Amino acid sequence: MASNVKPRVKVPKSASAGEVVTIKTLISHPMESGQRKDSAGQPIPRQIINRFTCDFNGQNALDVTLEPAVSTNPYFEFDVRVDAAGEFHFTWYDDDGSIYEERKSITLA
Amino acid sequence: AAALPLPALASKVDDAIAAFTGGATPAEGGVTLTAPEIAENGNTVPIAVDAPGAVAVAVFATGNPETGVVTFRFGPAAGSRMASTRVRLAKTQDVIAVAQMEDGSFARTSATVKVTIGGCGG
Repeated sequence: MASNVKPRVKVPKSASAGEVVTIKTLISHPMESGQRKDSAGQPIPRQIINRFTCDFNGQNALDVTLEPAVSTNPYFEFDVRVDAAGEFHFTWYDDDGSIYEERKSITLA
Repeated sequence: AAALPLPALASKVDDAIAAFTGGATPAEGGVTLTAPEIAENGNTVPIAVDAPGAVAVAVFATGNPETGVVTFRFGPAAGSRMASTRVRLAKTQDVIAVAQMEDGSFARTSATVKVTIGGCGG
């Protein structure tokens, strides 16, 4: 498991029914591309976050497949339609099998 | 290793796009790709895609060691068909976005990004 992996998400606390809210997510992760070599000239093995999903109340909003070309500390910004109060569920999948999760709730204004 | 000849690189991207479209040839337009004209640091280049009516958008880099960059799939809770992220670009190159529409058709666009410092490490 990569060290110091910390997911961060920015979600509004409330929205009106049917409102489209913008969500920003960032997870601290080296996204080792597999293209780099260490000081001895040996390739450094690839280890990246390969998938990110955002669900709202059990419905998927976004499902992202990441390749090594995604930058260190993968950042995503996207929109979700909020029809009811509920919970966002964010999941990041690491090459090493680790799964990082974050949940945020939103109320109706 | 010697640099690959250009046709090989072009076909590598074409192959990756064909794998995404199932062999269909995407039409020009219908998808917007926002990327800087000049990226000083190829390690973190902001890009955004917007394709109204799309179920998925895939981004390809023509000048990276691996052509695939990122694929966004939009679910029923999506509020738009926009998404943005930050990517690595090894050198000055064309970035291509291909959108899969709800009706099964495909659309594409591309943007040239000039990269000052490449983003693939040594």
